[in-house]
Amino acid sequence: MPRQTLDREIHHLQDEVLLLGSMVEQAMLNAIDALKRRDHEAAKRVYQGDELINEKRYAIENRVLILFATQQPIAHDLRLLAAIMEVITELERMGDYAKGIAKISLKIGEDDTPIPTREISRMGDLAVGMLHRALGAFIAEDVNMAFRIPKDDDQVDELYNQIYRKNVAAMIANPDIIDHSNYIMWVVHNIERMADRVTNICERTIFIATGELLEIDASDDEWDDEDEV
Amino acid sequence: MNFARPQTLNMPPAVSKPVEHKLISGISIGEKEDSLALDALPVKLSVVDLSVYYRHFKALDRISIDIPENKITALIGPSGCGKSTLLRALNRMNDLVLGCRVEGQVILNRKNIYDPDVDVVDIRQRIGMVFQRPNPFPMSVFDNVAYGPRLYGIRKRSILEDIVESSLRHAAVWEDVKDKLNQSGLTLSGGQQQRLCIARAIAVEPAVILMDEPASALDPISTLKIEELMENLKNEYTIVIVTHNMQQAARVSDFTAFLMINEDQSGSLVELGPTEQIFTNPQNQQTEDYVTGRFG
Repeated sequence: MPRQTLDREIHHLQDEVLLLGSMVEQAMLNAIDALKRRDHEAAKRVYQGDELINEKRYAIENRVLILFATQQPIAHDLRLLAAIMEVITELERMGDYAKGIAKISLKIGEDDTPIPTREISRMGDLAVGMLHRALGAFIAEDVNMAFRIPKDDDQVDELYNQIYRKNVAAMIANPDIIDHSNYIMWVVHNIERMADRVTNICERTIFIATGELLEIDASDDEWDDEDEV
Repeated sequence: MNFARPQTLNMPPAVSKPVEHKLISGISIGEKEDSLALDALPVKLSVVDLSVYYRHFKALDRISIDIPENKITALIGPSGCGKSTLLRALNRMNDLVLGCRVEGQVILNRKNIYDPDVDVVDIRQRIGMVFQRPNPFPMSVFDNVAYGPRLYGIRKRSILEDIVESSLRHAAVWEDVKDKLNQSGLTLSGGQQQRLCIARAIAVEPAVILMDEPASALDPISTLKIEELMENLKNEYTIVIVTHNMQQAARVSDFTAFLMINEDQSGSLVELGPTEQIFTNPQNQQTEDYVTGRFG
């Protein structure tokens, strides 16, 4: 068989994407855990660990560009490598969300205002679970799975709305905690955005398998729903 | 929501209530907005159920393909798939091969070029050919280009001069040779010779130009010149090119036809489509395997 080099490189890159994905999953879980336990050392490690995620992303990007230049991939190979470029960008941004949560942990510092840790953990588990399955579907090019995963975003959004309502009520009752509540909103916002970005990975999975460039329901995107803002 | 949002807070927006997941937009890769749909284009050459035999060996098996006007159509496929046989069948070059027999039709201007009343010299005037190796005649640059027009009866020097200059300009080689029109065509570089051969082909004002690996014997810069030239020529001519270089097919052609070898060693058409689609999202697995190098 010809083209063993390209096949080997592509398999290697898929492994690297999975590795990057698990670094991001771990960063998000660790960031939430550090927030829950008010462990500033752990939060610092997540904050600094983002550098490794960025480096891994650039290493993958570099390899893909070298393959473009040297192997001139086409058809399925081209779609796969182009999709990897998109997916690593999404993963890197998700890593930034974890870093953001770690930063908020440090900002909250010694303020002992209660944190809705149960809901936040639940949101984090859901979002990380979505990412994990999305990457599995991405490697397996499982179109059905890629269409199903974004539906789970509804649960994440529902938890977000619950926390939002509680927070606003708490702030009205006690303006002293406005700063703290604001921080908590940014934490859940970051988790919610992570789940949204999983949808983009699913779109790329569909693209690899079918060649269709499409958007799976963008209507719950950040600034989309004016009447709620 | 019942709570007014405090205006002073720099707070992220609320997420809307769950909405139905649906696909809201999308395109298919390789699709052009001004969709290069083959069946919407005027057809210059129509190949209908064409089979070619060399004695008892069937080289091409019932090929049907429409060649669109003023477009570049590339024929790709593995060695022995019959793409050169198909190309040569388009201007009856196979007539010269002993034992070669053709079934089916090649229709140019509503006339089958294989009809008995068709003059093959006339066909080759209207369907020109450029070969893999530059093959200038052992005569001057001027006489190379004037050869065809003279054959078709043009004698007047001033007319021939106009044709020669215009053909050489169209073939993007005029600046290289304008001071050497009386030198032998064989003294030119390989790339110049090939462009001279293209000038010779267009001097008789053909409708279609067939190119059999026109750049495979040339260096990369000369290759790029030929490819740029093809892009310009297609405004006036319909071009069919056979190439082993898939990147070349991807670069220059509007449509790509993929031919494959059958079990009985005959060649047949597997897929014909817009080049963008063939190289980004081919519809046939055999095409995919070939263009990605998995065939073998």
